[in-house]
Amino acid sequence: MTAQVQLSIQKLTKRYKTGEGVTGISLDIKQGELVTLLGPSGCGKTTVLRSVGGFLEPDSGDIQIAGKSVLHLPPEKRPTAMVFQSYNLWPHMTVYENLAFGLKIRKMRKEQIRDAVERALQLVRLPGAEQKRPTELSGGQQQRVAVARALLLEPAVLLLDEPFSALDAKLRNELREELREIQLSTKLTMMFVTHDQEEALSLSDRIIVMNRGNIEQSDSPQQIYDTPKSLFVANFIGRMNMLDGIAENGSIQIQNWELHASPDISGKVVVAVRPEDVRWKDASNPGLAATVKQVMVLGHYAEITLLTEAGIIRMFLPREEALVLSSGQSVSLTFAKHAVYPQSSV
Amino acid sequence: MSWYFKSLGKRKIIEFIIFALFIFFFLGPLINLALLAFSGKWQFPAALPQSWSFTWWKFVLSQPEILKSIGLSFLIAIVVTVLSIVVCVPAAYAFARIRFPLSKWFLFSFLLTNAFPKMGLYVAIAVLFFKVGLMNTFMGVVLIHVVNTLMYMTWIPAASFKNVHKAQEEAARDAGAGPFRVFWNVTLPMSLPGIIVASIFTFLSSLDEAQGTFMVGMPDFKTMPLIMYGAVQDYPATAGAVFSILLTLPTIILLFVSRRFVSADVMSSGFTMK
Ligand SMILES: Nc1ncnc2c1ncn2[C@@H]1O[C@H](COP(=O)(O)OP(=O)(O)OP(=O)(O)O)[C@@H](O)[C@H]1O
Ligand SMILES: [Mg+2]
Repeated sequence: MTAQVQLSIQKLTKRYKTGEGVTGISLDIKQGELVTLLGPSGCGKTTVLRSVGGFLEPDSGDIQIAGKSVLHLPPEKRPTAMVFQSYNLWPHMTVYENLAFGLKIRKMRKEQIRDAVERALQLVRLPGAEQKRPTELSGGQQQRVAVARALLLEPAVLLLDEPFSALDAKLRNELREELREIQLSTKLTMMFVTHDQEEALSLSDRIIVMNRGNIEQSDSPQQIYDTPKSLFVANFIGRMNMLDGIAENGSIQIQNWELHASPDISGKVVVAVRPEDVRWKDASNPGLAATVKQVMVLGHYAEITLLTEAGIIRMFLPREEALVLSSGQSVSLTFAKHAVYPQSSV
Repeated sequence: MSWYFKSLGKRKIIEFIIFALFIFFFLGPLINLALLAFSGKWQFPAALPQSWSFTWWKFVLSQPEILKSIGLSFLIAIVVTVLSIVVCVPAAYAFARIRFPLSKWFLFSFLLTNAFPKMGLYVAIAVLFFKVGLMNTFMGVVLIHVVNTLMYMTWIPAASFKNVHKAQEEAARDAGAGPFRVFWNVTLPMSLPGIIVASIFTFLSSLDEAQGTFMVGMPDFKTMPLIMYGAVQDYPATAGAVFSILLTLPTIILLFVSRRFVSADVMSSGFTMK
C-alpha cells in the first residue's frame, strides 16, 4: 500500500520586489512523512513554508493539501499549523489559554478542551503546566508548548520553521528526538525547515536540499549523504574533500595521479571524496602522493590532515590505525569512493 | 549607631541619601501644600499649623465659577482622551505595522509639535481657528489639547504595538482567528499597558493645559488651570493650596488606579522606543 500524497506543491514561484525568492518549486509530501527543507540562509526555505501556511501569496503555481487547492484560503482556514522559530506564545495568556485558543474558536466543549490540552501537554512532556505563564517557561519549554498548540489544531500538515534553532545544542537534540517520537506516534505529516544539516540528517524521512530558490536534490538522508547529485549538495552536506582534476578518455588526471572515471565526462572537473573514504599506503604504492601534516585524535576516531600537490586532504581513520602515522611521513592516497562533478556547476 | 551604617555598606547609604533627597524635594512641597490647605492659622516659625480648618475648602467649593471650571476641565480631558485614542491608536498601529516611505518623518513631526516653541504654534493655530470660527468654542479647546497629546498617544502605543511580534499575530491566524479577532484577542491586550499609559498622560496633560486654552478658549472656557492664575492673585495662599490639591488629586488617583492594572515595569516598558 502506498501512502497518499498529503501536500503537493506545484511549480511554486514567489519573487520579492528585491528579485529574491523561489522559482518553480515542485514537491510532494506523503501522508505521515517528515520532510525537511534544508539549505543555506536565504535560499528560500521560509518562503516555501509560509506560502503553504498562507502567510505569503505566491506569484504562480499551486499548493494542494489532500488533493484540494488551498491557494484561495487565508491562514485561519487552511488545514495547516505552524511552529515559528520564536515568539510563538501570547504572553498575556496562561499556557492553558494559549493551547485552548484555537479550540475555543472551533466551539469545542469545555471538558473536551480541558482533556485535549492535558493530553497535548503530556505528549510534549510538560504535564501540569496549564496555569503557568509563557514568561515563566524556559526557551525549550516555550517551544514545547508551541508544538503542543500546533498538534491540538490537528493539522493535515504541520509546518515547522527552524523551531529549535534558538536553543542550545543539547536541548535541540532532545526536542528533535521528542518531535520524531510524536511524529511516529501521531503519523502526522510534517514539513520541517532547517539550515542545520545534522538536524536534517537525523530527523527526516526525506531531505529536500535547496539552493538559491531552487531544489537541488530530494532524497532520503542516506542517499543525500552517499550520492549527492550536485557539487552544491556535496559541498553542503557533511565533510568533503574537493580536488580539481582534468577528465579525458575515461580517466581523471589529478596532478600526476590518474584516476579511473566514466568516459562521458571530459574537461575540468571536481573530484569529491568524503574523509572516511580516503585510504593510505606507503609512499612506494601507486596513488596520490601526500605528506602527513597533522594527526588529531578526536575521541574514537582521528582526523589526519595531509598535504598534496592538489591541496589539503582530510582523512578520518579509526583511532588505532592513526597511531602509526606521524607528521612529516610520506604516504600514497587512494579513494574508496568518490564523485565527479563538472567544475562549472559551482 | 556607626556600626549600623558600616554594616549597611556604602551603596546602601548613598541609596538612602538619594531617597531622602527625593522625598524632600518631591514629597516635601506636596506635604507642605496639604498642610497648608487644611490649616486655619499657620504662622512662620511653627513646623505645623496652629489650628486646622476646612474654611478654604468650603470657600473654594462654594464658588460657582470654580466648580464650573472643575467640571469643564474634566469634561474636556475626557473628550480629549477619547478623541486622541480614536485618532491615534489606529495611526500608531499603522506606524508599527505598515512600512511606508515617510513613516519616520511622520513620527518625527509629532515630536516637533512638542519641541516647537509652544506659543508660536498656538498663535498660528489661533489664526487658523479664527478663520474657521473655532475661537472660543469647546471644540477649539479640545483640538488645541489634542495637538499636545498627539505625540504620546502615537509614539507610546506604536512602540507597544511594535513589541507584539509578527509571529505572535500569525500564530493566532494559524489557530483559526480572523484578522479582527487577532487584533482584539492578541495585539490589543498585549499593547494595552502602553495604551493605558499614553491615555493617562493625555488625560493629565489636558487637565493641566493652560497656554493653548487661554489662547483659544477665552473668555467662555475657563478651565481649572486658568482659574488658578486668578485664584493665586485674588485669594490667600491657603485657597491656592486647596486649588493645587484639586489639580494634583486626579494625577495621584489615576497613577494609583493604573498601578493596579499595570505594573511599574510594564509601564516603563510602555516607553521603550524601537
Ligand atoms: N519580505 C521580503 N521582502 C523581500 N525579500 C525577502 C522577504 N523575505 C525574504 N526575502 C528574501 O528572499 C530570500 C529567501 O528568504 P527566506 O526567508 O525564504 O530564506 P530562508 O531559506 O528561510 O533563510 P534562513 O535560513 O535565513 O531563514 C532571501 O534572500 C531574503 O532576503
Ligand atoms: Mg527562514
